Amino acid sequence: MTTFTQRDNRQNVHINNKTIVALVKNTLFYLAIVALLCIMIGPFLWMFISSISPQVELTATPPHWFPKNPTLFRYEALFIGTGDGSTSLPAGIEKFIRGLTNSMIVSTLTTLVCVSTGTLAAYALARLNVPGKNKFMLGILSSQMLPIIVIIIPLYLLLQKLMLMDSIQGLVLLYTGFMLPTVIWIMHSYFETLPRELEEAAMIDGCNRFQSLTKVIIPLSGPGLVAVSAFAFLSSWNEFFMALIFTGANTKTITVTVTEFSSQFGVDFGLMATGGVIGSIPPLVLAFLLQKYIVAGLTAGSVKG
Amino acid sequence: MANIFKISKRQWHDALFTALLLLPAAIIMAVVTIYPLVRSFIISLLQWDLTKPNVAHNFIFLDNYRYVLNDSTFWQSVRVTIIFVIGAVALNIVLSLAIALLLNREFIGRNLIRMLALLPWAVPSVVNGIMWKWILNPSYGALNGLLYSLGIIDKYIIWLGIPSNALIMCILADVWKETPFIMLLLLAALQTIPKDLYEAAKVDGANALQAFWNVTIPLIKPTLFVALTLRTIWALKSFDLIYTLTAGGPSNGTNVIGFYTYIKTFISLNLGRGSAVAYLMTGVVAILVVINQRALYKEVRY
Repeated sequence: MTTFTQRDNRQNVHINNKTIVALVKNTLFYLAIVALLCIMIGPFLWMFISSISPQVELTATPPHWFPKNPTLFRYEALFIGTGDGSTSLPAGIEKFIRGLTNSMIVSTLTTLVCVSTGTLAAYALARLNVPGKNKFMLGILSSQMLPIIVIIIPLYLLLQKLMLMDSIQGLVLLYTGFMLPTVIWIMHSYFETLPRELEEAAMIDGCNRFQSLTKVIIPLSGPGLVAVSAFAFLSSWNEFFMALIFTGANTKTITVTVTEFSSQFGVDFGLMATGGVIGSIPPLVLAFLLQKYIVAGLTAGSVKG
Repeated sequence: MANIFKISKRQWHDALFTALLLLPAAIIMAVVTIYPLVRSFIISLLQWDLTKPNVAHNFIFLDNYRYVLNDSTFWQSVRVTIIFVIGAVALNIVLSLAIALLLNREFIGRNLIRMLALLPWAVPSVVNGIMWKWILNPSYGALNGLLYSLGIIDKYIIWLGIPSNALIMCILADVWKETPFIMLLLLAALQTIPKDLYEAAKVDGANALQAFWNVTIPLIKPTLFVALTLRTIWALKSFDLIYTLTAGGPSNGTNVIGFYTYIKTFISLNLGRGSAVAYLMTGVVAILVVINQRALYKEVRY
């Protein structure tokens, strides 16, 4: 109808068409954005919804997209235990808290060791005279991409010999070894962005090399250090393959614990979903809080978590 | 004389300092990466079967490789891996680029969407597998429920029931997790392109598609190439997702090479053969790494 009235005035038609086209374009754009958001967070949201749905609603067909009687009983059970026993939860849940604690300890230690040793090495490679530097950097770049499976057998034999199977130290050593190349690579490219004049000025002022590193360079490396720390923590937390092989009853990390819900208790998807949500909280919080640093740092290193 | 002595002393100090900075990292990497890499190759040449503890670890040269290359399960696994890698990487790169182009402008909620794009990347990959296993559950899964409610399917589908479907689902689950990160990488590259280039192209009479092919693509080519090789390497190494989602089944339909190696080593307990498969796989990764490094160095030069 409107188009007929518009046709009376050619000038108007032109302008209105343009605004209509823009409006349609904008609407389509935002529809695409909304669809994208749904696909990006929908699956995880569904896992969360499943974790707070009572058992009856979990097995409803069609699914209850929004639970009528949301419940936190699975969360309570995983953290506090079954309590009065009225809920029918499988045994062995106490492993879950231990898994979380183990992951926290392993990830924190790995981050500390990895970032401290990696930063020192990266500084030496960026600023000091290291013979064969280019070959070293090439080796670092390549080892980032090494399939872990190719070295898993010798590592297994090694850890057995060192009596480090099923130990926190063993896992920290392995994780550190695997994340060091990436940490060195990112910190190296970060140090390259800092002007050399800074240290030269510091050394003219009487600092030695060590002092210029600790008093000038490290304090300026905040963003780089945040990025690599986040990367190291996230990767250790999410690591599964080595944890599966090298941990036993004492040191199972959260990723291993969560998969054991699925194999041992087969059908209890509600509990698996709950474990999955809880296990994802630390990396998610870290990723969201440090978003800016992570994207910048990982873009620089073009690497994965 | 005194002067020369002073300089050399200073140099000596510098060398010591350099060594001290490098040593901790170098030792850890030597123990955890280099030594095992060499030893693993030696093991791949040995007869080493943990189920036969009394048999000596004889040197059998390439027999393990010969065994693996004659194993039909290995070749099936290679076929599955090729489909998985090509499917996942192609879909991933195309989607990442499309989304990055869509988001490369000012709009309300841009920062929010960039933050939420980190969600799939940050979720542990085993949780990703568990999550999709639940969504794809044949009786109570959300996917069946959704498609049924929308009238797209008229009966519930057993998504992971037949090999080809299961493989497609593994690809989709992998793409869901990896796409947003690659998208952020490409978005960062797109944002470095100066706006004047597009204006110049417009002045020269190029339409949007021509501008895309002649301005956008050449400028993000290095990043695109790095993303492509990195993704290929990650996809080749896939393990966590397969372990939790399908465990290689049904009838080995999703038995990717990473999972096959795991089974050969830790379930069949044949260390020699396991190492041989792992080395074959590493050979392929090594070729990709070389290609990737060429691309990276090109990017540095840009």
